[in-house]
Amino acid sequence: MPFKRYVEVGRVALVNYGKDYGKLVVIVDVIDQNRALVDAPDMVRGQMNFKRLTLTDIKIEIKRVPNKKTLIAALEAGDVKNKWENSSWGRKLIVQKKRASLNDFDRFKIMLAKIKKAGVVRQELAKLKKETA
Amino acid sequence: MAPQQRKPHVCRNPDLIRGVGKYSRSKMYHKRGLWAIKAKNGGAFPKHEKKAVAAAPAEKPPKFYPADDVKKPLVNKRKARPTKLRASITPGTVLIVLAGRFKGKRVVFLKQLTSGLLLVTGPFKINGIPLRRVNQSYVIATSTKVDISGVNVEKFDDKYFGKKVEKKKKKGEGEFFEAEKEEKNTLPQEKKDDQKSVDAALIQCIEAVPDLKSYLGARFSLKAGMKPHELVF
Repeated sequence: MPFKRYVEVGRVALVNYGKDYGKLVVIVDVIDQNRALVDAPDMVRGQMNFKRLTLTDIKIEIKRVPNKKTLIAALEAGDVKNKWENSSWGRKLIVQKKRASLNDFDRFKIMLAKIKKAGVVRQELAKLKKETA
Repeated sequence: MAPQQRKPHVCRNPDLIRGVGKYSRSKMYHKRGLWAIKAKNGGAFPKHEKKAVAAAPAEKPPKFYPADDVKKPLVNKRKARPTKLRASITPGTVLIVLAGRFKGKRVVFLKQLTSGLLLVTGPFKINGIPLRRVNQSYVIATSTKVDISGVNVEKFDDKYFGKKVEKKKKKGEGEFFEAEKEEKNTLPQEKKDDQKSVDAALIQCIEAVPDLKSYLGARFSLKAGMKPHELVF
C-alpha cells in the first residue's frame, strides 16, 4: 500500500485540531520534520504541526511561499472550493454542520419528512411484493 | 438647542498614575484661571458671607434611654423588579415547558408579568394549554418565533390568575358541602372568552407557517443520541 497523498507545496489539508479547526489550508512550505508553513485566504500565514493537519486529495499549482494574491488566484484556478464541496468527504462535513445547526422546529420537520418517505417506500415495496407473490 | 448645552469637558489635570496629576499646584492655579477671578474681585478671592444659621430650638434631654444599645438595621435601597428576562425569550417565541402537567409541550410566549412569571398560551385549540403563567427557569426557549402583533395582552396580569377568595359562609352543615362543590368546578365564561380572543389571531398566524400547528401540538422528548448541551434550540 504505497502512499497517495504527499506533503508538498500546494497540498490542501484540513485542520483537525486547534483554533482553526475545520478549515481548509494550503501547505506553502515545509519547515522541518514536524511543521509546515500553512496559509489560507482568511488567515494569517503561520506554522502548524503536521499532526494538526489531515491531507486531502486536492493539490494546487504554486511556488514555494507565494504571496496572498497569488495564492488566492491559484486556489481559484484549481477550483479547490468546488472540488472539496463535491467530494464525498467534503459533503459529509457539510451535512454534519447542517445537522448540528438544526433548530428544534427543523428537527420536527425532518421527522415528518422521514415518516412520509418511509411510508412511500413501504407502499412501493408492498406493490412489488404483490407482483412477485 | 437647549440653553447652556456644554460639551463634556476633558479633565484639566489628567492622572499620570492614580493619585499623581500631570500639573503642579501653581500650574493648575493658572489653568483654572484663579488669577483672573482674583483680579476681577480686586486682588482677593471672592467670599460670600455665611448664611445665618437659624438657632436650633433647645433640645430637651430625653426622658427615657433604652437599657441596651439597639443596632439600626442597614439601609436597603434595592427595588423589587421582575426577573430579568433571557434575551432569547421575546414575545412570540415558542417555548418548551419542562415541568408540571404540560411538560414537553411547546407553547407560545406572550409577555412577562410584573411578578416575573411568563404569560403563555398553547393556543388552547392546538395543544390544550390555556392562558397560563410559567416560570422562566422551567422553560427552554427555541429560536422559532410566531407573529404576535395581532394579539392584545394588556388586560392580563397576576391578579387575573390569582385564586379567587370566597366570602366566608356561615356553617349550615347540609348546605355547606353542596354549595362548595358547585362553585369549584366551572371555569367562568369570561376566561373562556379571553382565551378565544387571544387564540383567534394567534392561530391564524400559526396556520400561515407550514407544519407549525402540528409542531405546537407535539411534545418534545429527548431521543437516543440527542445531547442537550449540543442541541441548538
